[in-house]
Amino acid sequence: MMAVTSANTSPGARARQEENRFAQAVRDAAIAAFLAGVLSFFFIGFRTDIAPGGLSLKMRWSAWITAIVVVFVGRLLLNLFVFNRTWSGSSTKPRSATVSERLPDLGKWLLRAFFIFALVLPFVAMYFFPNRDRQFIDIAILIMTYVMLGWGLNIVVGLAGLLDLGYVAFYAVGAYSFALLSTHFEFIGFWTALPLAGMLAACWGLVLGFPVLRLRGDYLAIVTLAFGEIIRVVLLNWYEFTGGPNGISGIPKPTLFGLEFARGEGSFASFFGLTYDPIHRFVYLYYIIFLLALITNIVTMRLRALPIGRAWEALREDEIACRSLGINTRNTKLTAFAIGAMFGGFAGSFFATRQGFISPESFSFIESAIILAIVVLGGLGSQIGVVIAAIVMIGGTEALRNLGFLTYIFGPGFDPVQYRMLLFGLAMVIIMVWKPRGFVSTREPTVALKEKKRIGADLVAQGEGH
Amino acid sequence: MSAIIERPEPVTVASTEPLLAIRGVETYYGKIVALRGVDVDVHRGEIVTMIGANGAGKSTLMMTICGDPKARTGTITYDGMDITGLPTHQIMRLGIAQSPEGRRIFPRMTVMENLQMGAALVEPSHFDDDLRRVFDLFPRLKERITQRGGTLSGGEQQMLAIGRALMSRPKLLLLDEPSLGLAPLVVKQIFEAIRELNRNEGLTVFLVEQNAFHALKLAHRGYVMVNGRITMSGTGMELLKREEVRAAYLEGGGH
Repeated sequence: MMAVTSANTSPGARARQEENRFAQAVRDAAIAAFLAGVLSFFFIGFRTDIAPGGLSLKMRWSAWITAIVVVFVGRLLLNLFVFNRTWSGSSTKPRSATVSERLPDLGKWLLRAFFIFALVLPFVAMYFFPNRDRQFIDIAILIMTYVMLGWGLNIVVGLAGLLDLGYVAFYAVGAYSFALLSTHFEFIGFWTALPLAGMLAACWGLVLGFPVLRLRGDYLAIVTLAFGEIIRVVLLNWYEFTGGPNGISGIPKPTLFGLEFARGEGSFASFFGLTYDPIHRFVYLYYIIFLLALITNIVTMRLRALPIGRAWEALREDEIACRSLGINTRNTKLTAFAIGAMFGGFAGSFFATRQGFISPESFSFIESAIILAIVVLGGLGSQIGVVIAAIVMIGGTEALRNLGFLTYIFGPGFDPVQYRMLLFGLAMVIIMVWKPRGFVSTREPTVALKEKKRIGADLVAQGEGH
Repeated sequence: MSAIIERPEPVTVASTEPLLAIRGVETYYGKIVALRGVDVDVHRGEIVTMIGANGAGKSTLMMTICGDPKARTGTITYDGMDITGLPTHQIMRLGIAQSPEGRRIFPRMTVMENLQMGAALVEPSHFDDDLRRVFDLFPRLKERITQRGGTLSGGEQQMLAIGRALMSRPKLLLLDEPSLGLAPLVVKQIFEAIRELNRNEGLTVFLVEQNAFHALKLAHRGYVMVNGRITMSGTGMELLKREEVRAAYLEGGGH
């Protein structure tokens, strides 16, 4: 019943339709809803029950009205976004541009709404899910950590086009820097160690960068992969220094200007006259990673508009052309590695302070793969794409833990958690089939004469300039 | 091939020191020799063309000037300065700009961003003037300003590659096969633009081409390269009239 009256419009009426498309869409949706109401009246609206002496007929008004509303809304959305081409007839605009052209501010408003939601998220969780707030905030922290890692790796892979499979090494360097500094030196807390960890990770970025300067593509990927493993194996085997497989425990928690998130005197709760609640620490952790991720994003966006950022992008497009323009490709690559690594290091020391315990196990290759998957699924070089991909990947895998309902389908012996990674892989394949260039494949130009125009990836053949 | 080999004639126009002087340059790819002692002079305000068949070493010479690969022996002097051993990015800062073989524009970046990349090394205050200059030369680029490089046609991409090179305010413009894969009419437009640049602004151009007819007609002087060696040189018109050149490069007509 959905496939009624959409394309049977005469060509002469098209110009008019273009103007009042919305009214048309609403009218069409109303017709569809009406038909749905008529057709489903007997199927959905009535219900027969066994009653003494035969069947009894019961009206199900709410189900019937729900069906009509679903049809109306679904039809309206389809009219506005999917059936667009048949509606606008001979329009020559590329399909990708239409949504953003029709609602030019939609993206901006969505971003703002998203940002505000992220800003108040812990309080939303505490207010609406008082029993599960800790779980929600934990997942939010995890997602935010991966957003930050994704943004950091996006500099290296998305902007500079250097395929790095060992990004987790910098995450590990950051985590161990903070852990070792804070356990060896009393006076070093999270906030003093953070810049140091970032700097050390950046140095390791340079150390990795130098030998791979002349490598590209697959070869670069292999060497960075090896680098990631080297760091992990060293952490595992240098027992006297890193504690080997036992890891490092007792890493201090972050403080707010010296106020600890603990019970008793001189703590955050007593200073502000609140009753102690362990959730305070999680909210605080959330805001730390939120701030760090925000800084990563702002720095990246700023750098993209500066000569160095443009040089990264040009390097991704064509290294030889870059050199012919007098760009020092060596320094450009090294800065990309160093800055990407620095953000990885920040995220690492956040990870250490959140967990309170680290061991080489947390820095295996799968972590690098997940971060890279986030960047690729999000769309190389796209900042918002990374956020979407991180939510889908990390939030999705966490959501897959709650697959209890599947036991109703597959019987009580079915353990859904075991199928988590399978579904995860399947989802990735589907995403790549459906959106081969990631969720957000448009690239916003950094300069323009008059107006900015998004650049759709579908305008250019696959494979050109990645 | 050996029939057309002769000693290069001494250059006659050498009134002043050349802007670019290549002396006895030999370049290798590993053990394989690509250039076997090349001497080329490019004087200020000249258009100099190098023609040769596929694999003769033309592009290698172009790249050797830019320092990648480096010449194993011989010297390259630019504006009185020995640039043989300099790294590429430093050479390109001395006022040499190149439109590389195959154009190599940045496909995902807009025309504007491509041009901006070309101006990466010069004073930003010149940018608007330089942009106007490029748009005067190639009005088509202005129409395409927000389009991304990869969506341009071949001719437009070549215009963009030259425009990008010009944005760095070069004294010497190196063009590697600007006619590659372009329709004859577009080739004519591109060469006309090069002539205009040279005539109006006195820009020195060193051009490597397979399209011998148009390239030699455009050039003040030309060289013929065979197998990593210069086999002939002379003014463009002289070379065009040479029987060997006609036989080897203009067979079937260059029109």
